[in-house]
Amino acid sequence: MEQTVSYTLDSTLETVDHAEEKATRIATELGFGEDEVLQISMAVREGAVNAVLHGNQYAPDKKVILAFERTPEDDLVITIRDQGKGIDLSGIPNPLAPENLLKTSGRGIFLMRSFMDVVEIRPSQTGTEVKLIKHVHGPSVGNKEGSQ
Amino acid sequence: MSMKLSTRQVDGVTIVDCSGRITLGEGSVTLRDTVRDLLSKGNKKIILNLGEVNYIDSSGIGELVSAFTTTKNQGGELKLLNLTKKVHDLLQITKLYTVFDVKDDEAAAVKGFK
Repeated sequence: MEQTVSYTLDSTLETVDHAEEKATRIATELGFGEDEVLQISMAVREGAVNAVLHGNQYAPDKKVILAFERTPEDDLVITIRDQGKGIDLSGIPNPLAPENLLKTSGRGIFLMRSFMDVVEIRPSQTGTEVKLIKHVHGPSVGNKEGSQ
Repeated sequence: MSMKLSTRQVDGVTIVDCSGRITLGEGSVTLRDTVRDLLSKGNKKIILNLGEVNYIDSSGIGELVSAFTTTKNQGGELKLLNLTKKVHDLLQITKLYTVFDVKDDEAAAVKGFK
């Protein structure tokens, strides 16, 4: 891939699939292993779901901007930006808490944090920006379940 | 690949053979409708055979939880069968592996119903 590629996508379910497909392709091109490619694509899918559903709420006039950047250190930095009202981070319960285990939603951000090395979420009144970073020679993510 | 479901009866237990992806949209809705249809017809012993499910997202996890609790709330029982490594790992990190009744042998799973 070039150093940075960016896509402007509609607020549809198809966008979620397209975002996942692009992440899979780019992570593969950058040489990530099979497990890491899956983790990256799943994290991007969850980010896209949040942007389309919770951020833009399927509004046809609002877009999702998805960008992939390869840093000089060969890290992969993925940015997903929506044009919604900004997510309320204080309202997101810990999905691993016993009282939340049987909830049917609320695991998207947790999965992103489980699969990526760095997850930054910046809400504002004009939308939410999620930055996902995977180091090329990053540590194993197998023991990060308590990172929420 | 979208999700495909087929159901069969074994000794009074309904086995739902699932294949493909359980993700936001069609896959999740298909699973939800199938389980609700089974329950409405009085089929309350259900096994979801996930052996051919190669991908699941947080919405799909939510659908599995919903199927489990809906069945339980109606006096039924739902088990998961033949988890792929990907699905197994996801249920582990979300701490749901011990919540679900997970089996890897169909005959034992069928016999295990009360």
